[in-house]
Amino acid sequence: MSTMIAPARETVRAADRVAATRRRVSMGETLSQTLTMAWRAVKKMRRNPEQFSDVALQPILFTAMFAFVFGGAIAGDVQSYLPLMIPGILAQTVLTTCMATGTQLREDMEKGVFDRFKSLPIARIAPLAGPMVADLLRYTTAATLTFAMGLVMGYRPEGGVGGVLAAILLAIITGWSLAWVFTWIGTIARSAQAVQGISMMILFPLTFLSNAFVPVETLPGWLAAFVRINPVSHLVTAARDLSNNALVSGEVAWTLLACAIVIAIFAPLSVRSYKRHM
Amino acid sequence: MSITELGAGHPPDRTIDLAVHARGLVKTFGGHRAVDGIDLDVRPGEIFGVLGPNGAGKTTTLRMLATLLEIDAGRAEIFGVDVARDPHRIRQLVGVTGQYASVDENLTARENLWLFARLQGVAAPRARSVAAELLGQFGLEDAADRPIAQYSGGMRRRLDLAASLITRPPLIFLDEPTTGLDPRTRGQMWDTIRGLVADGCTVLLTTQYLDEADQLADRVAVIDHGRKVAEGTPDELKSAVGDSALQLTLAEPDEVPAAVEVVRRVLGSEPVVSPERGRLNVALDRADLASDVLIALRGAGVSISSVSVAKPSLDEVFLALTGHGTDGDDEKDTEESR
Repeated sequence: MSTMIAPARETVRAADRVAATRRRVSMGETLSQTLTMAWRAVKKMRRNPEQFSDVALQPILFTAMFAFVFGGAIAGDVQSYLPLMIPGILAQTVLTTCMATGTQLREDMEKGVFDRFKSLPIARIAPLAGPMVADLLRYTTAATLTFAMGLVMGYRPEGGVGGVLAAILLAIITGWSLAWVFTWIGTIARSAQAVQGISMMILFPLTFLSNAFVPVETLPGWLAAFVRINPVSHLVTAARDLSNNALVSGEVAWTLLACAIVIAIFAPLSVRSYKRHM
Repeated sequence: MSITELGAGHPPDRTIDLAVHARGLVKTFGGHRAVDGIDLDVRPGEIFGVLGPNGAGKTTTLRMLATLLEIDAGRAEIFGVDVARDPHRIRQLVGVTGQYASVDENLTARENLWLFARLQGVAAPRARSVAAELLGQFGLEDAADRPIAQYSGGMRRRLDLAASLITRPPLIFLDEPTTGLDPRTRGQMWDTIRGLVADGCTVLLTTQYLDEADQLADRVAVIDHGRKVAEGTPDELKSAVGDSALQLTLAEPDEVPAAVEVVRRVLGSEPVVSPERGRLNVALDRADLASDVLIALRGAGVSISSVSVAKPSLDEVFLALTGHGTDGDDEKDTEESR
């Protein structure tokens, strides 16, 4: 430490610095800070590869398990179940992946570095949004692996490459939007374990009370009613239409609308409770 | 109070002649007033020390001033900017170094500095050179690309301080900058802090170490149980407890009550019994009163193992001001139990 003999530098002048301060963060700054935070999250992922294990294993295991267990009962045989099931697994893996966002954010927030983030003149949303941008990588991995596993098992999507890519893109958008719910839970819960517990309670009804694995027609009326309004059902139907028929149905619009509503509610909630809580 | 014209878009700010101007700061945690009406005035270019034991409210005060905690009551201005109303402007003026290393453990030192530089709007190539400059300045070049997990406490503390200096903020908060450091590293940290002031910065630091406040601070506020119990230069505080102090160590610690009795009889004042066994501190109006006390002690048959007459240390100041020693308060740090 040689501050005393450091090369001659300009003296810090408080009055000039006060005059140069700005009241607010601009949109451009917010974007650049979010991307810098995303860079940090990607670095972190690369140094803790185990964070990728759920993303990589789940699509592979679940696709195989569900196909062989339910295939015969629901669709007669495994081959004819795949077009129904793969978009369902796609929705499920993306949702599980976005659930991890909340748990990881919570763990991250308990570290000292978040104190520094709070003390810096940066957009309050950047430390939350940055990891979510980095998570796009995880959604892409999960979604791609799901389809890859389907192809290995003999799934031949009629929608072609374009349809499959569109389905993956829609799944990524939905995952990113729903992640705000789990981010919010991450900012209000007491511990990372609590985040995990609460998230599971939300995740299970959302995925299983949907048309992801069984046709809605087989369900009792009251359950079918819930399944029809569940945003996950819209995603699954939209993804089926895209990957199996290359059809952009109204379900895509419903899914995007649900995403917009979720973001509009949970992004401000997350930022507010993050500011108050930390 | 001087009037200073500021850049467009800002209302004219008033008290720019104070780096920190706080009145009646209060912070309550679940009914407990961790900070209970503290006033602080820090002048530009000085090192101001906030001295107090664990749980006194030092960190909480600092966190309120740094916009990390909401101010429950009272108000604070930093270079004339209102802390509660303009937090974003405050964050551009203040560099904060916490009690616990607030750097990212997943990144290397170089990556940490780069990250914090980029976040504060430093362009990418410049961020690289700023990081390199700071690593050199703080003697961290050799460890720059090693994981932080392998860093010693002193290295982490230096990196932490380096990270607070990226934009060279005019006001720097240091929360117990040398707690847990070995004496040599501590001396280096002191030099660095003095260097910051030489560059034109103002430093507000908290410490539990009396000698640290004595060595570094131009002025000191003594805080106990969320209240300010004294303020002044280290010399002013010392003279507040008498011109000089007689420090006695008794051969037999059991004889403390007898010695206290003798001092009362001779001087008519109360000696301060130090938490160290068998030690008494006696404030003296005149140094030559010491001989009266010593003669009376011999008359009473109290034997002494060591004696000295000196300017009182801040330790004695603290004992005299708060009635207990700096290590006498084991109350859990309220701000840690958030």
